[in-house]
Amino acid sequence: MEIKLTLNGKAVTAHIEADTLLLDFVRARGCLSVKRGCETENCGLCTVLLDGKPILSCATLAARAAGHHVQTLEGLQEEAADFVGFIADQGAEQCGFCNPGFVMNTIALLRENPDPTDDEIRAYLAGNLCRCSGYEGQLRGIRAYLDSKKEG
Amino acid sequence: MENKHVSAAVRKKDAMQLLLGKPAFMEDVTPADALVVKVLRSPHAHALIEEINTDLAKKVEGIVAVYTYKDVPQRRFTLAGQTSPEPSPWDRLILDRRVRYVGDGVAIVAGETEKAVNTALRRIKVKYTVLEPVLDMHTALDHPVLVHPEEDWVSVIPVGADNKRNLVAQETTSDGDVEAVMADCDLTFTRTYHTKACQQAMMETFRTYTELDPYGRLHVVSSTQIVFHLRRIIANALDIPQSKVRVEKPRIGGGFGAKQTSVAEVYPAFVTWKTGRAARMVFSRAECQTSGCPRHEMEMTVKIGAMKDGHIRCIDLHTLSNTGAYSEHGPTTVGLSGHKSIPLYTGGLEAFRFSYDVVYTNVQAAGAYRGYGATQGIFAVESAVNELAEMLEMDPVALREKNILREGMVMPAYYGEKANACALDRCLTRAKEIFGWEEKWPVRDMGNGKVRSAGVAMAMQGSCISNVDIGSATVRLQEDGTYTLSIGAADMGTGCDTILSQIMAECMGCKLEDIAVFGADTDSSPYDSGSYASSTTYVTGKAVEKACTQLKANLCAIGAQMLGCTVEEVEFASTSVRKKDGSAEVSLADVANKTTIGNNTSAQVTATHCSPVSPPPYMVGMVEIELDKETGSVEVLDYKAVVDCGTPINPHLARIQAEGGIVQGIGMALSENVTYDEKGRITENNFFQYKIPTRLDMGKLQVEFEASYEPTGPFGAKSIGEVVINTPSPAIAQAVARATGVWHRTLPITPEKVLMGMEEA
Repeated sequence: MEIKLTLNGKAVTAHIEADTLLLDFVRARGCLSVKRGCETENCGLCTVLLDGKPILSCATLAARAAGHHVQTLEGLQEEAADFVGFIADQGAEQCGFCNPGFVMNTIALLRENPDPTDDEIRAYLAGNLCRCSGYEGQLRGIRAYLDSKKEG
Repeated sequence: MENKHVSAAVRKKDAMQLLLGKPAFMEDVTPADALVVKVLRSPHAHALIEEINTDLAKKVEGIVAVYTYKDVPQRRFTLAGQTSPEPSPWDRLILDRRVRYVGDGVAIVAGETEKAVNTALRRIKVKYTVLEPVLDMHTALDHPVLVHPEEDWVSVIPVGADNKRNLVAQETTSDGDVEAVMADCDLTFTRTYHTKACQQAMMETFRTYTELDPYGRLHVVSSTQIVFHLRRIIANALDIPQSKVRVEKPRIGGGFGAKQTSVAEVYPAFVTWKTGRAARMVFSRAECQTSGCPRHEMEMTVKIGAMKDGHIRCIDLHTLSNTGAYSEHGPTTVGLSGHKSIPLYTGGLEAFRFSYDVVYTNVQAAGAYRGYGATQGIFAVESAVNELAEMLEMDPVALREKNILREGMVMPAYYGEKANACALDRCLTRAKEIFGWEEKWPVRDMGNGKVRSAGVAMAMQGSCISNVDIGSATVRLQEDGTYTLSIGAADMGTGCDTILSQIMAECMGCKLEDIAVFGADTDSSPYDSGSYASSTTYVTGKAVEKACTQLKANLCAIGAQMLGCTVEEVEFASTSVRKKDGSAEVSLADVANKTTIGNNTSAQVTATHCSPVSPPPYMVGMVEIELDKETGSVEVLDYKAVVDCGTPINPHLARIQAEGGIVQGIGMALSENVTYDEKGRITENNFFQYKIPTRLDMGKLQVEFEASYEPTGPFGAKSIGEVVINTPSPAIAQAVARATGVWHRTLPITPEKVLMGMEEA
């Protein structure tokens, strides 16, 4: 089948199998930041934005994205660069495999709630698993970023 | 002199690339049009393949090859990433006629697309003779059914293995007269503890890409901690010379020991070697959970002899370890269950005994997982000491203060090594302070059906495998005065590329960004055992230090020649080589340039290091939980830990190691379960059932360091990677016992068990 969608701001027309997952679709188009960590919608590694909302691309058919705007970390480099340095300053990126999904969901969080509490951060990102960092350093990084913005 | 780079909390060199999602991992950096490789898995725990028909599978469009046990080399090997000759008996073939666990390999399928391969997998017809499996580790030893009856099974070095007894290893070590000391104690008691085959659950599953290079050699790009061992394992498996194999690692999406076993590599390697085509194998999460290499399930029986005043005089520990269907890491993990738990009590101990049996069963083969047996042993010994505190009605911290290992003591239970650097006592004192032990130790009823309570545990680990592990580093001065650092160790997210660069920057007096670090590739990296056994900072770090010393000497020789004086008259001064009397100098840039013109002295040095000792890092963990008496659920509120890793080379990275390890430990304690049905199938084959902690499950963490100075380590460093996973299980078990009056001696301590425990009590 043929679908048309916008991927990171560019119009894409593609012939796909009906059962193609959005995760595989975007990876095949060079969006290699999008990772698969499970097959059961548990890990959050494959998070992308569909019309600005975070979704799991492993559980979304590419066909469902037809007519919509899909964004991956490749398309949000500047917005990410704004805060990921604070995560790096904590060493909390560690292996990096879960980073893109976590960063995408953090972008969504900060758009929705620019000044979240620690508990709001934990709750929003609860679906983003990380086996390396123990999460606390990621929280410290986000907190440091928010504090730096307040200090202006 | 103050260190500039060592002890600096700098960013990881690859941090921003990773955080911005740049291509870095195996699937990102290898061609996507490689053959897709998958393995047909056994549905039986123990069976013989009577007939296997692959005709229909081969006819599926896009299928390039289907292999069975009839096609593979008939020389046994092990997948364990260990220095050769491996302690793990050689008990594997790439595919075998006998399948030994649910998930064992039956056939390899390679095809152009995943769809074709999936179709072909379904079309392979196998007729099995189903055999009785050995599913209970308690009855495995001398069971009439043998997991490895084959005559060509080989135990290469003497570990007490005997395949005709389902035995992988057996040993007893002791010091002092255990019977006499026990008989003289006021109190002796015995308890049995049980830990499960927990999964490393690294976010990137096992995966490997293979191709033939322009020389016709097998080029392997794999997510691995052990490039050099892997080269040997693949060469053994394919029965080809090591010169035909090149192994390279890209960024690794987590390892935790999982990637110290060659779980995925041999399958695509075999396909590429046979077909000449590039091939790629990516494990699914389910495959990772059921055909991986988890922690060894262990059952530990601890007998403690003590006096009424809390003096612990004797520990007698027996460990039964379940290696599953294959031997990987079986003979070695078990040793740590005693050698890295009992020495914590060296202060009071007059005698100890440690014995073990490691058995084969028909379940998933175990492997290496952070902590490597110490985690299991520490759960047992620390829990037993906490139970002793309860019996004696003593504060468990006070009990420990009376008995612990202190700096300068010789540890009979730790190979007779001396604790040259040990801040365990200071860790205990500091943990008490930051945790608020005096306030939190009493059980507090919150009046809403919830109870708050606390627990404590100590831990130790090693910093390498002494007299075995080898680290090497090649350092080179570039033409423009910058440096390269080449290593064979594997940064799996831990940050060793950065940490080793920090050590080099300190030695050379250069900027961190002036060092380009590269690892690891068997063709270009100097030999390194690999990144495991908590060895990289301690062993490879020392190799970096040695290499820098030699490089400085070489640069001095070149500088002296340029200055027209003897090498004894000059010194290395970071940006120059100068005469000691200050009368003349030549800039490093000029020396660097000179290395490329008419020069006979190498500006590239490789140094190798191996340590005769393995200095333990130490740790104290304290936990506060809130337990819901209605539901049995346990919430971790607060976890405070104080770690002695010697000198933390990079405090931020050391802290993250500790926090990450603690959270894995919390998962092991409370939620990560592995159970089998009556046919030997694993229930927890995905992240729905195998619950690793989310950021809502770990409470608030705080980690501090009590530095000691290890004289044999680089800049006083020991290790940190593994010790950090060891305290949560015993500390949480104690907190639960305080809240409910029930000691849970089998992990994980799930809400169901807590609730049923309270009902029975």
